[in-house]
Amino acid sequence: MRTLRRPTHRAAPGAVGRRGAAGLGRLFGPVRDARGMAKWVLWIGLGITVLFIVLAVFAPLVAPYDFDQYRNAEGIRFGKQAPPSAAHLFGTNVLSTDVLSRVIFGSRTALTVVVIAVVFALAVGLPLGLISGYFGHKLDRVLVLVMDALFAFPYLLLAIVIAFLLSETIGRGVMSAAVAIAVVYIPQYFRVVRNHVISVREEPYVEAARALGARPRTIIVRYVLFNVIQTVPVIATLNAADAILTLAALGFLGYGIQPTDAAEWGYDIQRAIADAGSGIWWTGLWPGVAIVLLVTGLTLLGEGLNDVLNPVLRRRRIERVDLPSREARVLEPGGEA
Amino acid sequence: MKPDLRAVGERPRGDRPLLEVRDLRTHFPLRGTFLDRLLGREAGSVKAVDGVSLDLYRGEVLGVVGESGSGKTTLGRSLLRLVDPTSGSIRFDGQDVTELGESRMRDFRRRMQIVFQDPHASLNPAMDIFTAVGHPLVIHGLARGSAELRTMVGVTLERVGLVPVEQFMGKYPAQLSGGQKQRAALARAIILGPDLLVADEPVSMLDMSVRAKILELMLRLKEELDLTYLYITHDLATAKFFCDRIAIMYLGKIVEIGPSEAIYDDPKHPYTQSLLRAIPEPDPTKTVPRNVPRGEIPDAVRPPLGCPFHPRCPKAFEVCGWESRDLRDALERHWAQVPEEVYEAERALVGDLEALDEPTQVARVPVPGDGSDESLVEVLRNLRAQDPEDPLWKGVRSMEADEGAARVEFHGGLDPRLLPAGAVEVSCHLYDQEALRAAERLELAASGTGRPEPPDPPGGE
Amino acid sequence: MGPEPALSLRGLRVWYGTIRGAVRAVDGVSLDIRAGETVGLVGESGCGKSTLGRGIMGLLPEGAVMDGEVWFGGRNLVGLPPKQLRRMRGPQMGLIFQEPMTRLDPLMRIEDHFTETVKTHEPGIDDHEIRRRSLEALGRMGIPPTRFRQYPHEFSGGMRQRIMIALVLVLQPSLVIADEPTTALDVIVEAQILAILADLKRNFDTALLLISHNLGIVAESCDRLAVMYAGKIVEEGPTVSVFAEPAHPYTRELLRSVISLKTTGLHYIPGAPPDLIDPPRGCRFHPRCPDAMRVCVRDPIEQRLDGRRVLCWLHGPASEIPEGGIDPLQRDRISIADEA
Repeated sequence: MRTLRRPTHRAAPGAVGRRGAAGLGRLFGPVRDARGMAKWVLWIGLGITVLFIVLAVFAPLVAPYDFDQYRNAEGIRFGKQAPPSAAHLFGTNVLSTDVLSRVIFGSRTALTVVVIAVVFALAVGLPLGLISGYFGHKLDRVLVLVMDALFAFPYLLLAIVIAFLLSETIGRGVMSAAVAIAVVYIPQYFRVVRNHVISVREEPYVEAARALGARPRTIIVRYVLFNVIQTVPVIATLNAADAILTLAALGFLGYGIQPTDAAEWGYDIQRAIADAGSGIWWTGLWPGVAIVLLVTGLTLLGEGLNDVLNPVLRRRRIERVDLPSREARVLEPGGEA
Repeated sequence: MKPDLRAVGERPRGDRPLLEVRDLRTHFPLRGTFLDRLLGREAGSVKAVDGVSLDLYRGEVLGVVGESGSGKTTLGRSLLRLVDPTSGSIRFDGQDVTELGESRMRDFRRRMQIVFQDPHASLNPAMDIFTAVGHPLVIHGLARGSAELRTMVGVTLERVGLVPVEQFMGKYPAQLSGGQKQRAALARAIILGPDLLVADEPVSMLDMSVRAKILELMLRLKEELDLTYLYITHDLATAKFFCDRIAIMYLGKIVEIGPSEAIYDDPKHPYTQSLLRAIPEPDPTKTVPRNVPRGEIPDAVRPPLGCPFHPRCPKAFEVCGWESRDLRDALERHWAQVPEEVYEAERALVGDLEALDEPTQVARVPVPGDGSDESLVEVLRNLRAQDPEDPLWKGVRSMEADEGAARVEFHGGLDPRLLPAGAVEVSCHLYDQEALRAAERLELAASGTGRPEPPDPPGGE
Repeated sequence: MGPEPALSLRGLRVWYGTIRGAVRAVDGVSLDIRAGETVGLVGESGCGKSTLGRGIMGLLPEGAVMDGEVWFGGRNLVGLPPKQLRRMRGPQMGLIFQEPMTRLDPLMRIEDHFTETVKTHEPGIDDHEIRRRSLEALGRMGIPPTRFRQYPHEFSGGMRQRIMIALVLVLQPSLVIADEPTTALDVIVEAQILAILADLKRNFDTALLLISHNLGIVAESCDRLAVMYAGKIVEEGPTVSVFAEPAHPYTRELLRSVISLKTTGLHYIPGAPPDLIDPPRGCRFHPRCPDAMRVCVRDPIEQRLDGRRVLCWLHGPASEIPEGGIDPLQRDRISIADEA
């Protein structure tokens, strides 16, 4: 006998379930089902980003030399501003250090700083956005004012000022660059999270939680946060892309990382300006290419994630359908021949 | 097996009402313009609930029926303190809960719960059914350990018919149908063992064939768990079947309240009568002309003067609260029906209609620039001649030209009071002896030796 | 044989593709609507009635395929290029949707809506004539000319729906398709709008296809009624006789489950509407049908009974039923897990 089968609906993507594989699986379900351009954008972006992550993590193993190494194992100094060759695939710069190695170590710097910055910005912006959006009233107004003021500030200028101030206290290392960048991006997370919270706050299920007697803390975490967090990966990725540029700009202007601490692309480009006039193209080109590539990769990843996770933009996978040919003859309604 | 979760006081006996509401008002202030705030002017408020008093007895089902804009939803939320009332009082089981702080209110929340209208939106999409239904127990610390939690959730799921229980516990809302979601919402609401359940349109978003199932479930739960329902709906048909008593709401006030049969067999308030007539019967042999009241439910920020239903009421008379806005409505209704040339001709004789938007008992219709006030009065007389039976004209005391405007004075309106009439209570002047007497006096005065009305021109009415 | 119907559907099918397979939203529907006639299309959610409405209008989403015949104005709309379809929508075929709030452009005055609508389809017409017709259409809806230049947000939901209807009528189409026009509205406003639609029929001979799940309004407004279940029309005929003596068990159960002022007991249909990707074999209602017979696992053949059509083995043809076919069907009990 034929039994009734309930259609098994796929869980609504975008809602994060309990922590764990089941929850993540539901979150990333739509990633698997992505089609069309969104899919390509996503995978290309992911590929580039992963490449840089690998370079960053395995820098000492991948790079032929150290980032500030200016002579080889025997102690012989490398050529100064030597063009690309077998020994130095990207050439050397004015300090006789290998450009390729500096580019690879530069990715480590870039990703370290950016990851710290994004995590920090998130750690501050997300809770503030949640609280501000949920409670509203005076607190909200004050926070929005502060955040809008920060947001209105030309971001580079703000980063420089903060980097400068921090350099007085904790020196010009990775941490101060990361913090400077983080502060610049806090308002973004705040805004996005706050706006999303405001719309979720009006949903019946949040009201239901209040009716049950849940405390605001519980409501914010279990009912609001879990439904708001889906926008975070997108914002974080796009922010990371932007942060790379900001870091490079800081380095370019001399407010970034101490050159002896780490390799930094922006700093290298600044040094390469003097070379350009002499026809030495390799010292500036390769760090520049690295920046462009990583930023593009992160942006594609972010946009791809957005197209895929955002239910409004998501393009349902369209399957082809073939109508089978008709079996019985088609009857005329009404009994007319 | 009913889980005994009641620790807040013993279940009281006696026939004191479970819920006593007195003159409840919930007004939502409008933000107003910057100028308003600068000058400290009142920006007005939406008077969603505007003076509601009722008693809800243990074990009964009280229906609150009204259209959108009637305030019924806000009433439900105000009773549960999901929205804070502006004034008035709410006593739950003898205790005043109107202004309790949130932490003290939390204890009461175990005894009063709500089921919402939209099953697709009232469950947290990020929680599976086990977590969602068990969450109330977790919030109130009523489950000792996860095994006990699981058992209690299981019992409740079985009670609402979501069986086999194991199959449903791990499901997320998106995997359930509308009816199943509503069952889960009911489970979540009853797991704490409440006394009162406010049901806000619980079946209106479900298909016809599913409604019956959920209503049947709700009736069964009422018997098994000794629940008291406040059933909010716009659907008089389900209300008739489901409720013991019914309260009809219009623009924030109760206009009629009484036992179900009394309301349906002999509706007193004209609004109740038109609501009942408007319900489409699934019976094609019975297409009666329905005399649908004109217009729509008015603005809750500035409700009509006197009785809020008077602009639409087919039986309105002298003291129902006629005002300037009614005159504007009458003009516009008239113009919607005449050919364009007539409209253009008449419109040219009338000035800015916005002068009539401020509700006043004496309306001054301005003439345009160089217009004549006599011609304007002529237009109004013509309007009256078109439909002299329109209740509006009963409310007009005098109509004359007056220095660049047409002055129309209405009789003073009385606010309706909720008074007994037969088996029900009605808030309508038709059943208020004082109002009827006042109207009689006005009629006598108008036709007898009282204030003289301007004589109608020959060939007029 | 009467005059040509205004709209004629023959074997219409609309299928969507999904990952799990094709959804057979509309699976072989034939229907006629004559001028001046109001035909109701009823069914519960998921039966395909909205898809049918959209299919006729040519407003199906991407990925849907349609075949069959939709005869309108002497032409088959299926396979017609979108441009020609667009030209026809409006002056010949008017559409009224469910949510009036979102169908009007909030940045355009009502006057502009009318101007644009009329000018698009009758470019030669002069402004005065547009105004005259618009005010007349609005007047019939009870909307005064003083509000002609207001914006949509200044009107309530009910009035917006009336404006939508006026926009449809100003072009005087011969066919109007209304997809749940009053579902989002209150009962008094609903009654007002139904009165307007009845007026339409009387004065303009417009053919109207009223799609709804509300049996009450269908009973009041429609001359004929088609009941849809799982993508097929299971019964069709004059409203009075379908209500008085439903031929199909689904119709009968549906009518019994309606809660009206006369309801004394609750009835419902056990189980849930079937999965349109893999519908039950044979009659699609048979898993839930209280009168199911053994022959019902075979595709039923449409029968005619004095002016009505029904798709059910209870009405034969006897010649096609094998030995023992009319014995009751043995089925598993339907559990809540399978219920709606």
